[in-house]
Amino acid sequence: MEEVRTWRERLERTALAPVTKTSRGYYVWVAFLLAVIGWGAYAYSRQLRDGLIVTGMRDRISWGLYITTFVFFIGISHAGTLISAILRVSHARWRTPITRMAEFITVVALVCGAIFVIIDLGRPDRVLNVIRYGRWQSPIIWDVLAITTYLTASIAYLFLPMIPDLALFRDRLAGRVSGWRIWLYDLLSVRWQGTRAQWRSIGAAITTAMILIIPIAVSVHTVVSWIFAMTLREPWNSTIFGAFFVAGAIFSGVATLIIVMAVLRKVYHLEEYITEKHFVYLGYLLAALALIMMYGNISEYLTTGYKLEEGAEFHFRQLFLEQFAGFYWFYFIGGLVVPGLLILLPWTRNIWGVVLASVLVVAAMWIERYFIVVSGFRVPLMPYEPSTYAPTWVELSVMAAGFALFALLITLFVKVFPIIAIWEVAEDQESVEVAPAARRFAPGATPEPAEGGGR
Amino acid sequence: MIIDLRRCDGCQSVGKPPQCTAACIQGHFAPEPMEWIQVYEGELPGGGTQFIPAPCQQCQNPPCVNVCPVGATFSTPEGTVLIDQDRCIGCRICMAACPYDRRFFNWGTAPVPPEARLARYDIEHQVPARKGTVMKCDFCPDMMRADVLPYCVQGCPNQAIYYGDMEEDVASNGKEVVVASRFLAENQAYRLKEAMKTKPRVYYISGHGEAVGRDPFTKGRLPTKWPWTEQVEGADTWKR
Repeated sequence: MEEVRTWRERLERTALAPVTKTSRGYYVWVAFLLAVIGWGAYAYSRQLRDGLIVTGMRDRISWGLYITTFVFFIGISHAGTLISAILRVSHARWRTPITRMAEFITVVALVCGAIFVIIDLGRPDRVLNVIRYGRWQSPIIWDVLAITTYLTASIAYLFLPMIPDLALFRDRLAGRVSGWRIWLYDLLSVRWQGTRAQWRSIGAAITTAMILIIPIAVSVHTVVSWIFAMTLREPWNSTIFGAFFVAGAIFSGVATLIIVMAVLRKVYHLEEYITEKHFVYLGYLLAALALIMMYGNISEYLTTGYKLEEGAEFHFRQLFLEQFAGFYWFYFIGGLVVPGLLILLPWTRNIWGVVLASVLVVAAMWIERYFIVVSGFRVPLMPYEPSTYAPTWVELSVMAAGFALFALLITLFVKVFPIIAIWEVAEDQESVEVAPAARRFAPGATPEPAEGGGR
Repeated sequence: MIIDLRRCDGCQSVGKPPQCTAACIQGHFAPEPMEWIQVYEGELPGGGTQFIPAPCQQCQNPPCVNVCPVGATFSTPEGTVLIDQDRCIGCRICMAACPYDRRFFNWGTAPVPPEARLARYDIEHQVPARKGTVMKCDFCPDMMRADVLPYCVQGCPNQAIYYGDMEEDVASNGKEVVVASRFLAENQAYRLKEAMKTKPRVYYISGHGEAVGRDPFTKGRLPTKWPWTEQVEGADTWKR
C-alpha cells in the first residue's frame, strides 16, 4: 500500500505541477502566440474595413483558405470523441492518461472552427440573421445546429469527468494559488465530496454523455461535407462525401492528438503516464484510418473516373496532373502512404516515427481540405476560362492567428485545469495493482480515487 | 424569357460590346465586373461558335434559394428569384450552389457612379450595391410593373430577346408579340442544363446568329465596358 500511496502522490504532483509552477519559456510562448493573434486581428480589421476584396477569393472561386481552415478545425475536433468516447465505450484502459487532452482539443478546435465561418462572412455584422431568419432547408443551418450541439455536448463531456479532479485541485491548492483560481475550482467542482451517491450519478452522467456524443460527432462532419455535396458542382456531387469527411476528420484528429500529446509530455514531464505504448496504439489507429482514407479515395475517384462524365475530365486533369497535382500527390503519398509505412515498419514504430507521421498527416489533411474546396470551385460551369485562386497576406495572417489561438487556448487550459484525468488514471492503476477485478466507476471499492478529500 | 440565338451575333455586326449587357449595366448601375446578363461564346460541336446571352436563369427549382440560410434570396409569386441585400449575410453558399455562374458578390466598395448612391434601395432594383452581399439579374420586376420591357430586351439591336408571362402565354421582343408556348414548341426551344431539373424560366432557341447573317467561324466579341467616367469615392475594382 505504501508503494501505491507514493505513486498517487507523484501522480498528483505531476498533475498539479503545470498549475503551480510557471517557467519563463511559458511567458515567451504565450507572448509569441499573442503576437501572431494580434497580427491576425490587424489583418482582419483590414478585411472588416475594406471588405473581402482583401482576400484572394472572387466570384468563381468564392471560398478559399477560411472555409478550408473551418473544415480542418471541425475535423480535428473529432480527436476527443474518438479517443474518449469510443475507447471509453469499449473499455480500452490505456486511454485514461490522454482522454483529457483529447476532449480539450475537441472543444478548442470547435471554437476555432466556428470563428472561421464568421470570418468568411461578407457581413459578419448580420451573423445573428442566422438565428432571426434561419431556414432549416439550408445546409448552413444544419451546420450551425450540429456544431452548437456538438460544442455543448463536448463541453459537458469535458466537464463531467473533470469534476473529481477539480475537487482535488480545490483541496490541494487551497492557499497555494491566487484567489480567483480557488474560487473557480470551488465553483466548477460543484460541491464534489466523493460520496457514494455522487460517484454513482457522475458515472451515469458520463456514460450518457459518451454514448450521446458519438452520433453527434458523426453528424457534425457529415453535415460539414454536405455544405459541398448539396450543390450541383461536379467534384462535390458524391454520396461518399459525408462518410469520407468523417473518416478524414477522425484521421486528422488522431494525428493532432498525437502531436499535442508529444508536446505536453515533453514540456510537463508526463513520461511516466504517456508512454511509447500510447503513441504506438494511436499510431495503429492512424495507420488503419490511412487505409480507410485510401479506400475512400479509390472508391470516389475510380467510380467517377471510369465514366469520366462532363466536368470530371477537367477536374481529374487539374487534380492529378495540373494545378493541384502537387497538393494531391503530397496528400496521397506524404499524408497516407508514408505515415502508414512509418507506423507499420518496425524500425520507425516509436515515438518519433509516430509523431513524424502525425505531422505529415495534419499537413496533408489541411491540404486535402484546401484542394477539395478550391478545385471544386474551379471546374467551369459555363464557357469561360477557368479561374485561379491565391490566398493573400490577409488570409494567411488570419489563418496563422487561428492556429495560434488553438495553441494558446490549449496552453492556457493546461495552466488552469488538470492536464490528465487524475482519478481515472489512479483508478486504472489501482485496479491493476490492488484489485484486478475493480469495477469501472467503483465508488466504494477503490480507496480514494481522487475523491478530493473531505473538507 | 426566350432568347433566340439565331438572332444573336454577340453584337459583331454593330461593332460594339454586347448591347444587352451594356443596357443592363446602365439601368442597374451594375458594378464592374458584374455582367448580370453575360454573352458567353460556346463551341459548336462541329466547329465554329455560338453566342449565348445568359441572364439569371430564374429557376423554378432554384438551388440558390434552397441553400440560403437566412431566406435572403427567395422566389416571388410571379416566379422570379430576388435577393434582399439588407438580409444577406454574405456566406456565398448560393454562389456555390448556382450551376450557371450567375451570382455576383460585392467584394469591396462597388465601382458605381456617385448618383447610384442617391437611389433609394429596393429589392427589385438592387441599387445601390451593398458591400459584402450577393447580386444578380432580377428580371426587372419594377419595369414589368411599369409595362416596360427589361433593359436587356430594349438594348438588343437584333431583337433576339423576348420577355413575357408564362401564364398569359405571351412574350415580346419589343417589335413583335408571340404566343410563348407555340413559339417555344415550333422552334424546339431548350433550357440550359435541363438534366439538373432546376427548371429555368429562360428558354433558348438554338442558333449561331444566322438570322442576322453571322458566320459561325467569325469568333470573338468585344469586351464589356463600364461607362462611368466618375466613380464613388473609395471604390474598388476587381475581376470575376
